[in-house]
Amino acid sequence: MGELIDYQLRVNGKEHDVAEAWLGENLLYVLRERLGLPGSKNACEQGECGSCSVVMDGKLVCSCMVLAASAVGADIVTVEGLSAGENQLSDIQAAFLAEGGVQCGFCTPGFVVSVHDLLEHNPDPTELEIREAVSGNLCRCTGYGRILAAVQAAQEARRG
Amino acid sequence: MSTALDTRRGRLGESAARPDGVPKVRGEFAFSSDMFSEGMLWGHMVRSPHPAAAIRSIDTSAALAIPGVRAVLTSEDVPGRKTFGLDYPDQPVLAWDVVRYMGEPVAAVAADHPETARRAAAAIVIDYAPTEPVTDPVTATEAEPVHPLGNVLHRQRVRTGDPDATGAVVVEGRYETAMQDQAQMGPESGLAIPGEDGGVDLYIATQWLHIDQEQMAACLALPLHKVRLHLAGVGGSFGAREDLSMQVQICLLALRTGRPVKMVYSREESFLGHVHRHPATMWYRHHADSDGRLVKVEARIILDGGAYLSTSTAVVMNAACMAPGPYRVANAVVEAVAVRTNNPPCGAMRGFGSVQVCFAHEAQMDKLAAALKIDPVEIRLRNALRPGDSLITGQVLRGSAPVAEVIRTCAAAGLPEGGPGTSAELELPGGAGRTADRDRVRRGVGFAVSIKNLMYGGGFDDYSSARCRLEDGVATITCAAVEVGQGFVTLAQQIAREVLGVTEVVLAPPGTIDIGSAGSTSASRQTWMSGGAVQAACVAVREQLLSGVARNHGVARETLEILDGRVVSFDHGVDLGVSEAGAGEVLEETVDFHHAPTSELDADGQGDAFVSFAFAAHRAVVDVDLDLGLVRVVEIATSQDVGRVLNPVQLVGQLEGGIAQGIGLAVMEEIVLDKGKVRNPSFTDYVIPTALDMPPVHIAALIEEPEPGSPMGAKGAGEPPMISSVAAVVAAIRDATGLELPRAPVRPQDIALASAGPSSSPINMEVSP
Repeated sequence: MGELIDYQLRVNGKEHDVAEAWLGENLLYVLRERLGLPGSKNACEQGECGSCSVVMDGKLVCSCMVLAASAVGADIVTVEGLSAGENQLSDIQAAFLAEGGVQCGFCTPGFVVSVHDLLEHNPDPTELEIREAVSGNLCRCTGYGRILAAVQAAQEARRG
Repeated sequence: MSTALDTRRGRLGESAARPDGVPKVRGEFAFSSDMFSEGMLWGHMVRSPHPAAAIRSIDTSAALAIPGVRAVLTSEDVPGRKTFGLDYPDQPVLAWDVVRYMGEPVAAVAADHPETARRAAAAIVIDYAPTEPVTDPVTATEAEPVHPLGNVLHRQRVRTGDPDATGAVVVEGRYETAMQDQAQMGPESGLAIPGEDGGVDLYIATQWLHIDQEQMAACLALPLHKVRLHLAGVGGSFGAREDLSMQVQICLLALRTGRPVKMVYSREESFLGHVHRHPATMWYRHHADSDGRLVKVEARIILDGGAYLSTSTAVVMNAACMAPGPYRVANAVVEAVAVRTNNPPCGAMRGFGSVQVCFAHEAQMDKLAAALKIDPVEIRLRNALRPGDSLITGQVLRGSAPVAEVIRTCAAAGLPEGGPGTSAELELPGGAGRTADRDRVRRGVGFAVSIKNLMYGGGFDDYSSARCRLEDGVATITCAAVEVGQGFVTLAQQIAREVLGVTEVVLAPPGTIDIGSAGSTSASRQTWMSGGAVQAACVAVREQLLSGVARNHGVARETLEILDGRVVSFDHGVDLGVSEAGAGEVLEETVDFHHAPTSELDADGQGDAFVSFAFAAHRAVVDVDLDLGLVRVVEIATSQDVGRVLNPVQLVGQLEGGIAQGIGLAVMEEIVLDKGKVRNPSFTDYVIPTALDMPPVHIAALIEEPEPGSPMGAKGAGEPPMISSVAAVVAAIRDATGLELPRAPVRPQDIALASAGPSSSPINMEVSP
């Protein structure tokens, strides 16, 4: 597999060593298989489904489309970094549960990351803006109805 | 921002919280692809690039020479039966001599790193001699046999009444539905760990643990108890996980290397590596009297089963028996056949045979309505099945059958306001990228109704086992029913709370080691079957508990009941908390729950083959761009026969999710085949509905008529939303365009280029003798 490399990644505010890794590994693989952060999911691995969504230097990206070694120096936030701590939920995570936005749950972490990103940049989206913002996240179970309800509930709660 | 955990501990009828919800939203729920074991290897499958070829030779030496490669297996390495299959083992674990579809596994590799495994797979030299594939299902029965067992997988005839009966009005049509993929988000994946006893532990996402175990043991040449399955988190299934995928191969790799082996399919491999919904070609002829009452239905249905049998037998049975839809008709001549071809194998997907025939029978009802100038809703009401009516199989409807109610309530729903003339630019078909004129967008409305048989039938003894254990006021439920997202785990807790009055309900991890089979998570059956088993086990424990209290307090058992978490006698002489009442005791009961027996169909398709039926109606509103052929589904209204609502939020999720898959088949989803080769095995090219494609769902009514025989009165609700939604959307597009549109999905060219297309083929209703 050619030369193996060592590097560091900053994920959820913490430095992680990546040792003897193949250069071709994408960020999704490194998060899941090397750093013990399997919350980002592997549904398509070609940037179509959003299940692997993470925030990199403030931008929402598909971690399957990022060469891990190119993410050195970036601030990476994964679903594991969104709640305040163990047994805590972010307001958006809580809304997904309260509104029934979770079935099999495979797309859920990606959705949660996307919606955090949406409401951070656009605290008061219209319904169409919400649909547009999460149209890069595929869900096969819910038909999106309860997910949309969850986003709107979180939005309203933040509005106070 | 942070908030407390979701802890709604509801009983039956309430929107209780999912017990797996918190780990799922936190990214901590362990799906099968999240499995990890120290020192594990990575497995990879080598698949045929050809739909049909002879295998002249396989040379694995170059692959084995790659550093880090630990094993390469071919068919010779399968120690037991070299084939598997749910109904009959006709499918090779690893192909030998011949490959029969593109994507068929030929070899399996284990290596230290997934990339090494992929490179090893590419280094295996397989000398194929491609042959002409059989790919046309309509002529497949006359073609060269694809398999020694021939090209007819299963044929089902249903004949009743007078085959020569005629009606005043006759309408006919040839209809097609395409191959649909389940596209569950979680790709096939698993982890096999070799055991010290020569056996193996497999952590896997599946739909039925015990049927996997049975098939695997035969192929691995191991006794059942040495093949131990543990359910890993399942990222959806919809039928895709009913057949074995990698189960045998990764266990073989683990046993060969003595190390844990993990395998995760890529999305492309997932498309190639599981069965799909059978494409159907259907010829229909309906006879009706001048009032629109059905006189006779003739149907000839060909389902493309692809290279191997899978569940084709049962799909064909459903398609044949449900061919007329939820309507009363005294005379029927139906023949359905699944054929073998070199296309990808087809088997289970949500709706299982009913989706295809519903598309055809609903188009026929609309043609009849048009021919007689009767309203499409009215003609359905005139023919709607009622309790006491017979199906064309002779089976009398003895349960609830609120067909007219689902039709009436759905049709009565208010139509969405506005229209293409006033919609925002982004809400027109095609959204922001559209270029056509607003005044070339037309609105259409379509209506469709469906019937779905629930649970396994045809004489199969379907059952589920469950155990309830009560200790210190905490109930523990053990059941091998697979949670795929539908919410069985929530329901099991609700049942235990309802029956035992407890708050805390622990669910033991599902597996094959310490409980019997729960049957499959399919056929809309787990609420009834495993829900029934859990309920019966809890009731048995409650009896133990109350009998003990009666003895200890010198009162008659009949005076005691559980109310609001307390054991009380009617005079309140006894009033104890449940944990107090069972103090120091461990109460445990294991129950096998069976549904009422069914029978096989006879040669004419007659017999009481089914346990129960559920009905649904859908009304679709669409906007269609006539020039670009783009469709926007504006709204779906629905009414569904659900027996009893057990968890409102989860039920709504089933309706909305099933409708999304129906819209997918109606306007976008199709596995594109070119001479047996899959041309779109990715989410780039196989498009499923996004949040922008999915309209609001208006639930007009949930009809609650408790189903006799169902342990909680509920009917399975997962499949009906997928069935008539397809037909309703296409009916709405027909309404908007005036086109015949006999094929689902409706593609842009079917609308925009309609005048240039060929006219529909002549009808051939001849059935085989």
